[in-house]
Order: sequence, then structure tokens, then C-alpha cells
Amino acid sequence: MSDSALRARFHGLPPIEAQTKVAGLFEAISAAKIAGLKNLHPAFTTLLVVYNPLAWTPVALVQRLEEARKRAGSGPAPRERVTVPVCVAAGFAPDLGEVAAGAGLTVERAVERFSSSVFHVAFLGFAPGFPYLLGLPPELATPRLARPRTHVRTGSVGIAGEQTGIYPAGTPGGWRIIGRTPLRLFDPKRVPMSLLLPGDEVRFEVIDERRYEELSQW
Amino acid sequence: MVTTVEVLAPGMQTTVQDLGRPGYGHLGVSACGAADGLALRVGNLLAGNCEGAAALEMTLLGGRFRFHGAARCVLAGADFDCKLDGIPVKLWAPTDIRAGQTLAFGGAGTGARCYLCLGGGLLIEPVLGSCSTHIPSGIGGIDGRPLVKGDLLSIPAPADSPPPRPIRRAVLEKLRPASDILRVTAAAQTASFADESVSNLHSLPWTVQSDSSRMGVRLAGVALTAPLRGSMTTEGAPLGAIQVTPSGEPVILFVDHQTTGGYPKIACVIAADHWRIAQLRPRQTVRFDHVPFAEARRLLLEREALLRPEVLFG
Repeated sequence: MSDSALRARFHGLPPIEAQTKVAGLFEAISAAKIAGLKNLHPAFTTLLVVYNPLAWTPVALVQRLEEARKRAGSGPAPRERVTVPVCVAAGFAPDLGEVAAGAGLTVERAVERFSSSVFHVAFLGFAPGFPYLLGLPPELATPRLARPRTHVRTGSVGIAGEQTGIYPAGTPGGWRIIGRTPLRLFDPKRVPMSLLLPGDEVRFEVIDERRYEELSQW
Repeated sequence: MVTTVEVLAPGMQTTVQDLGRPGYGHLGVSACGAADGLALRVGNLLAGNCEGAAALEMTLLGGRFRFHGAARCVLAGADFDCKLDGIPVKLWAPTDIRAGQTLAFGGAGTGARCYLCLGGGLLIEPVLGSCSTHIPSGIGGIDGRPLVKGDLLSIPAPADSPPPRPIRRAVLEKLRPASDILRVTAAAQTASFADESVSNLHSLPWTVQSDSSRMGVRLAGVALTAPLRGSMTTEGAPLGAIQVTPSGEPVILFVDHQTTGGYPKIACVIAADHWRIAQLRPRQTVRFDHVPFAEARRLLLEREALLRPEVLFG
């Protein structure tokens, strides 16, 4: 994939199955603590292995990764269940109206559909602690904004196509914002640093503004 | 014993950088690190430091720094016309600084980035194992941001050691030959591109856009045809990968790049040439030469051999 990266790909599988395969391989390679690896990037159907090309030839590394995969147990650690409180009040959810309208639903009904769904963290990417979630009800799928916002508030919960994500920090962004969580998603001084990890099961619990203020970790 | 360096003027974008923050990519944390890692490594070795010590990275326009105590410095990378109390300072050589002196950088005549390596290295609290500043996520360095006027940087008081041996100029020239060519290998989606796009990438000149940054270097030229429009699944992206946006514009993912991306990658700049990306100037033209993977590795091994102390120093 480059002179310093290899890519494992699981395609043609349903999303959750592909995610489980990627997570399993990620766990196996992490557990093997192989010297000369710089980064592992799990994604929906791929795992990118970034390595030091002075330490490995691609052929030798592929062989070593295969060994690690064979030696690993029966897949990733059990999934955590995490409830993410989310406020959808006016001002917290600038695109909720449009997402609901696109689905042909009232705002209340769209929020109900959203908060009764079970999501899975496919991987973290884009920014530290930013989860890509699978499990959005298909009718709520909405394309990204044609013009990204120059600033998306920290904790914003967004939709991009069939993906759901949460912004761990205020950044520019084009996802449709349908609510905001008071939880801190990423803190390098905390153990664990990231609130959510690949494989976690996520449910959203709707909270009001007062509760948002009470829980606010910012 | 610790002494301080006061930032009188920060320059255009001056950040604390070391060799980066690998190991947290699965949490979405960018590997980050010095844009011109080769300059940082050589500069640190010349300052008597370990090659990955934290130093200042300046971009296009350097800063002014007052030294409250004695220090030894090495400038590495592009020549920013630096003066110590009005006296020109040589690049790639140690310079001893006395308490009260001011180091003033100008702009880059050629190249784009200069490193100020200080004996003992900057004393910065590492975040996730690195002092590197990642501005987009506000992590590392000084509060995760570029330097501002009034910042105070701590460095160890200089050890009473003889200056390190001088660099062999011939080796330096071999390490950093002037060229407007970046060598590239194939990348994950190269085969999905039309042959014409791939041959255009390799045969035509590209102009570096002025809104390029440590995250990505945007190039202008003939529009390439991006395949897989909208249907590519987001995946991990390596440093140096050349993504093609839906508008047909190539972007080289650089040191601060996001860990994952959803645009197809047409090629990838080889590791041995990553430092060159750091030295590209806005509006400069650049060309891409294809090399096989084995050649990319050979070039890197050849480069690393030149960095061995017995080769690098006279």
C-alpha cells in the first residue's frame, strides 16, 4: 500500500462480520507485540499495518502477521456496552429537522428511531477518539452537508450517509448534526483515553438541557 | 540545571516536534512528528543529542528567540538566513550561544522548513510518548498549539562537553540532493484509476498550493479522474499517500494527516523522500517518478547507511 504499510482486507461480508474480523486481527497483532510496527489502523473492512521498512521486508512481515493471527484466540475481547447521553434540544441539533424530513418522519419519531437503535463502534479515525458507528436505521441515512461547517461543536453527534459519528473536539466538519453529548470522548490523561473502542455496543439516551449541563465534562 | 529561551516573535508557524507519536493510530491519534524528520535527526546528532530529541520546527518564516542562559544550537533543514546578535549563523554546525543573546530567523530562500535543535533538547512533557505538537487535535508541544510571543521554553544548561564532530559536507549533499522529483510507489487504489490519470500523475508537473499544511499538500495541475466516486469505504491511510479528491485534485497526506480517509489513493511517496515533502514551497512545481517497492526500500537502506555516525561525521 506504500513502502511502509500493508493492508489486510475483508470484503464481501456484512458490515458487522467484517468489523469482527478486522477487530480480531487487530487484537491478534496487538497481542503479539511485534517489534518494528508503528501503527495499526482498523477501519470498516480493512486493517492497515504501518511498519518500519528498515525492520521488515513486506514478505517477512506478512509471514509474521499470519503467525500472530493463527496463534490468537477466538476473536476480540467481549464488547463493552456504553450508553451515550445526547441532547437533541434546539441549538444542540442543527440538522435534526432535515434528517427527520428526509426520512419522512416527525422530529420526535426520528429521535425515537435513533435512540432505540443499537450501534457498534467499527473503528476510531478522523480525529483522536472519533468513533465510526454502524447501526443507523437506514431511513435516517443522510448525505454529508454540501458545504462543511467551519466549526462543529465538541460532542456533536453526526450522520454521514449510513455512518454515525461523534466529534471528540471542535473541528470543521460536514456531518449532519442531530444532537450533542456532554461526555468527554478522548482524554490522553485518562485511562482508558478513549470512551469508546472498536467493537463496543452503543445506545443513545436522550437527555434534556439541564441534564446536559449536569453531565457536562467540558 | 535548567535555562529558558524566550519567544520574542514566533514566526509563521513554529511548533515543538520530535519523531512523532506512533502507536495510537487505532484511537484516531495521528503519528505526527517533524515534517523533515531527516533534518531533525541530523540536527540533533550535530547538537550531541539523541536523534529524536524535541526541537523547534519553523515554516517559511522563522522566529526570534532570546536565550536567558548559555546554550548550544544547531540549525538544520532550509536556510532561514539566521543571525545571532546580527552575526550570520551557519546551518548544519553547532553554534554556542551566550546568556542574553538573540537568535533571529528570517524567511526561507529555498525550501520551507528549518529546525532549531538545542543541546540537551527542549524539556517538554510528552503526551502519549511524544513531544510533537499536533495542532488539529491540540495535543503535545506547548498546549497543542504553535508558539506565541512570550512563550518560555526550558532547556538543560549546557553540559561542559566538547562540540560534536563536524558533519561531512559530501555526505550531507548525498543525503539531501536538490531535486523537484518525489519518488512514488503504487498505492491501495492505483489499479482503480484510468491509465491516463496514472500516466498524467507521473508525466506532468504539479504546482504546490499555498493552502497546503502539515496535514496535506494540495497540488494543482491537470484534473485527474477519481474512480470509485463516493463508493470507496473509509480505510487507514499511510503517510505520503496521494489521495485524489472528487474534484480530481491530488493531495499528499502529510505528517499530521488523519488516520483514515475515504478518497482513493493513486500513489504513495516513498519513505526516503518524505523529508522532501516538508521542503516544498507554495507555488513550486514538483514531479513524480514511479519506483518499484523493492527500489523504495533499497533507497531507504542506502539513506540510512549515510546516517551512521562513522559515515556522517568527519
